[in-house]
Amino acid sequence: MTAMVQAQPLIKAKNLWKKYGNNIVLERLNISVNAGEFITMVGTSGCGKSTFLKMLLGMEEPTSGELLLDGKPIPNEPDQSRGIVFQQYSVFPHLTVLENVIIAREFEHSPLLGKLFGSKKKNVVEEAKALLDSVGLTPAINKYPHELSGGMKQRLAIAQALIRQPRILLLDEPFGALDPGIRADMHQLILKLWREHNLTVFMVTHDLSEGFYLGTRLWVFDKLRRDPHAPEAFGASITYDLPVTRRPAEVREIDVLEEIKATEIKL
Amino acid sequence: MKRLINLTPTKPSRWLLGILPFVLIILIYIISSDARLLENSTDKLLPSFGQMGETIHNYALEPSKRTGEYLFWVDTYSSLKRLFLGIGIAAILGFTFGLLTGAIPTFHAPVSPLLTIISLVPPMALLPILFIVFGLDELAKVALIVIGVAPCIARDIQRCTLEIPQEQIIKAQTLGASSLQVLLRVYIPQLLPRLISSVRLTLGSGWLFLIAAEAIASTDGLGYRIFLVRRYMSMDVILPYVIWITLLAFVIDWLLLKTSQKCFAWHHQGAH
Repeated sequence: MTAMVQAQPLIKAKNLWKKYGNNIVLERLNISVNAGEFITMVGTSGCGKSTFLKMLLGMEEPTSGELLLDGKPIPNEPDQSRGIVFQQYSVFPHLTVLENVIIAREFEHSPLLGKLFGSKKKNVVEEAKALLDSVGLTPAINKYPHELSGGMKQRLAIAQALIRQPRILLLDEPFGALDPGIRADMHQLILKLWREHNLTVFMVTHDLSEGFYLGTRLWVFDKLRRDPHAPEAFGASITYDLPVTRRPAEVREIDVLEEIKATEIKL
Repeated sequence: MKRLINLTPTKPSRWLLGILPFVLIILIYIISSDARLLENSTDKLLPSFGQMGETIHNYALEPSKRTGEYLFWVDTYSSLKRLFLGIGIAAILGFTFGLLTGAIPTFHAPVSPLLTIISLVPPMALLPILFIVFGLDELAKVALIVIGVAPCIARDIQRCTLEIPQEQIIKAQTLGASSLQVLLRVYIPQLLPRLISSVRLTLGSGWLFLIAAEAIASTDGLGYRIFLVRRYMSMDVILPYVIWITLLAFVIDWLLLKTSQKCFAWHHQGAH
């Protein structure tokens, strides 16, 4: 079983290019990601890391080359196999915290209206409450997003992204707008959820230390070639692919226990 | 002494300052009316409040000698019926087209240019066509309101639809939502309070089209009445009717605002 999983990477890019007209954003991208990795992506603005995230999400399609999920071309529109947390605007302002989470199950079980009633609703409410509890939002379940702090909003966005149990979680600078202290709490939360839900995480960040701290693998996006007279002529690629010391295998065995103990004490 | 731009009146003085213009206008009216009536007791231009009260008493509480109807209430009922019908149909049409053009690119492509052109046609210029096509009945008057108001609502709702952050729409898709579910659960609930404010803004032109249509071809209605009695220079009817129309407009606007605040509290508490 393990051998098979390793033989078939979860995500694979083969000679991937992305161009907008003459502007080459990404070029010659070749990567392979196994299930359970935590990839952090850093690089200067406009270096294509967000474009790559959008391709993983299905909002952008490769100009040439292949991007494969389980060996098949990645679906070309967003769906429940890949969850996303944006820096902002990704919770629904007209729904309470609880409604924001159960809406995902309502989409699933009520194909026409996307709304559940009665006992069916009761079941998903229980599930949503448990999930909200695991991100620490129990006291706020009946509040609207505008009543929440920035950190709580992101906790909600994460809970929302996890309820459909996606295999891949995409994070687009999710903690960029938060205060440093709150950011540290969020780091513990995301590591805990990553392990509990067996997620493969792709995270775009501006913060290199955050990238090293959270990831099992750090990618640096940069241009391999530069033409000072035509900055758009060459695209970026992954110039460094660094395994970070907390590899999944180790984490699973030793670090996990310590981490969990640490977070438990904290909580 | 602070700069003028930094001086803010206290709450009671704001109230007083707000009432002041009304008091002044009424005072000036009473003085002018008295002066004119003193010169000529049959003057029609500036009737006294007593005269106006008497006229409205006759219109509202005495049955008409000719038809046996209470004209004031019949006029109000006819006008409000036309207005509500017109604005209601315009709101439904405008909301549907605005939502679909804003949310669905395939619908946007063929409809949006048409919508832009239609909203530029002056509705009053279409009134003769409406009378020819729909006859002089209710339908033409309602149609004028619809044609005048629906494109404005549609364009406003389209703009609001496009303002909803794309992140939310993508998020909904990653939660497994279909196009219909995104419309029903993400777009429509967030656009309903926008529709209410859109209707509030277009009610002014709704009244304009209503009164214009009634003035030209009608046998009852508030607009019909004031244009009818203009022939006899009956300011004692026109002025109370104008005040009554203004009051109705104010009450409708207030009710819409309260409805919106009650049903969409999240919208009014600074969440967009």
